[in-house]
Amino acid sequence: MIKFKGKGVYGAIAIGDVSVFKRQDAQVRRTHVEDIQAEFKRFEAAKEVATQQLSQIYEKALKEVGETHAQIFEVHMMMLEDDDYNESIANLIETQSVNAEYAVASTADNFAAMFAAMDDTYMQARAADVKDISNRLIACLTNAGSASNDSSDKMIVCADDLAPSETVSLDKERVLAFVTAFGSSNSHTAILARNMNIPAVISVGEEFLKSVKDGDRIIVDGHTGDIIVSPDADTEAKYAKKQAEDKRKKELLQELKGKDNVTLDGARVNIYANIGGVDGIGAVLANDAGGIGLFRSEFLYLESEDYPTEEQQFLAYRKVLESMAGKTVIIRTLDIGADKQIDYFKLDKEENPALGFRAIRICLTRPEIFRTQLRALYRASAYGKLGIMFPMITSVSEVEQILAICEGIKAELKGEGIPYDEKTEVGIMIETPAAAVISDKLAPLVDFFSVGTNDLTQYTLACDRQNAKLEPFCDTHHEAVLRLIEMSAQNAHKHGAWIGICGELAADLTLTETFLRMGIDELSVSAPFVLPLRDTVRKLDLKA
Amino acid sequence: MKTFSYTIKDAVGIHARPAGLLAKLAKTFSSTVTLEKDGKSVNVTKLMMLMGMGIKCGDTVNFTVEGEDEEAAAKAVEDFMAANL
Repeated sequence: MIKFKGKGVYGAIAIGDVSVFKRQDAQVRRTHVEDIQAEFKRFEAAKEVATQQLSQIYEKALKEVGETHAQIFEVHMMMLEDDDYNESIANLIETQSVNAEYAVASTADNFAAMFAAMDDTYMQARAADVKDISNRLIACLTNAGSASNDSSDKMIVCADDLAPSETVSLDKERVLAFVTAFGSSNSHTAILARNMNIPAVISVGEEFLKSVKDGDRIIVDGHTGDIIVSPDADTEAKYAKKQAEDKRKKELLQELKGKDNVTLDGARVNIYANIGGVDGIGAVLANDAGGIGLFRSEFLYLESEDYPTEEQQFLAYRKVLESMAGKTVIIRTLDIGADKQIDYFKLDKEENPALGFRAIRICLTRPEIFRTQLRALYRASAYGKLGIMFPMITSVSEVEQILAICEGIKAELKGEGIPYDEKTEVGIMIETPAAAVISDKLAPLVDFFSVGTNDLTQYTLACDRQNAKLEPFCDTHHEAVLRLIEMSAQNAHKHGAWIGICGELAADLTLTETFLRMGIDELSVSAPFVLPLRDTVRKLDLKA
Repeated sequence: MKTFSYTIKDAVGIHARPAGLLAKLAKTFSSTVTLEKDGKSVNVTKLMMLMGMGIKCGDTVNFTVEGEDEEAAAKAVEDFMAANL
């Protein structure tokens, strides 16, 4: 029995057999070919298959990990079409009468060497892309299957780290858990594991990989990050029990459906869900959320080739409101920036997109975009209980400008005889330290606040969320952040506004009591967290 | 023949995705789009060679566009650079 410790990225236990992830570093043999034309044809056919595979991976990645992470596969497809790469392969086949596999492998070596020799770490990493596409081509030429294991049993996949194409290509039905030697909580494996509800432990260290082989019995505890290789009978029994308890807990949670979010001493809180598209509504209802606390409207813009029209937006918003049948739906207006690019917006490249031209700043600079969205929202308000929320607020004047535009639009609609809901609530995100600090000035202007803890933490602690190196410095429970939230809550209540939290911290069960004591009125979390959060709330006693 | 210069503002330089998009864009025109830096030049439709130039933030590159639709091609490339790099 050997123990390792890593970082758990999805809390659940898996017990099973190891499948060490194998890369297709296929051994390529050089053979002499007589029929050059036939070899060209084999190569072209393989390239076609490889391109198809890549486009499937791209589509799969688009759904599972989003556009930013999927883009690399688009580049892979372009690299496959590269003239020099193709010419080099064709030349080798023709002038040396070698098999296509060999021509691909040796071309790959040359191009990879070119990238590896560059004095730029980003470009050096491109060598791996050349190898990745070339290995795929070779696999297509030799008709080799995918890199995964042939066994049909469920396996615990152990790898050094998983490349994007590798993670996305794994057959999710057969993965019990992921364990990687390297990687950060922002890595593809981690993101995917969380989205798939699969236990995963990362950063276990290099020693781990040397200690496991295919078929080894292994326990993965995604709660604690503990890994136990070849456990003794007692340990395995202990974990099997823990796993069963986990399962029972999940079933118990199902019983919580329909129950109130009320503490033992009678304090209530609304528990809503966050979604990013119309297709998320099913999960919201299945998990018995009381409403939608954050509906990201970006999908309308991302799925479109050009600015979505008022009518398109209206229909989407109306559908959401109608599906939620009178439950609160808070829709956040457009929140994009240089890091979340949409081509037709033609935003300039920025050195520092997190502090750049984004969200409400775009909307106030380009009011025609903003007005279209607001008209669509107000028109939809007649079909349910809508709240409109504005992101990235830093000043009173921004809110005043927004409110003036809203009033103008309501007057327009009235003039045109188009129905809208007068009681539509208007709120702002508290996601900059500035907004929290002046929350006493902002609260009288709006109906509600919603704290975006991810950005609030990033801006307060000056920590880039994407930078894995900063993880030790980015204490999500930092007192500075909690004080800003508490201050905003006090100011909201003083002026008759309510306050919710829609960032990741809302789902942090260790903070639920703290938030309830602050008087937070609403917590909005991804749908799978709704019932665990209700369970936590119902066990709290704030008077104790 | 049309020529113009551009100084890269993107922090990572001409990296994989913009290089791919630039190559794709250039292929839609019949004109030849050549990028030159420090005496080395490359036809921008050649993605791997373009990435291999290792063009970084702050580098100034010179474009030469030559062919029947050079006017439109030069404009498109210039706009692309300003928007993406």
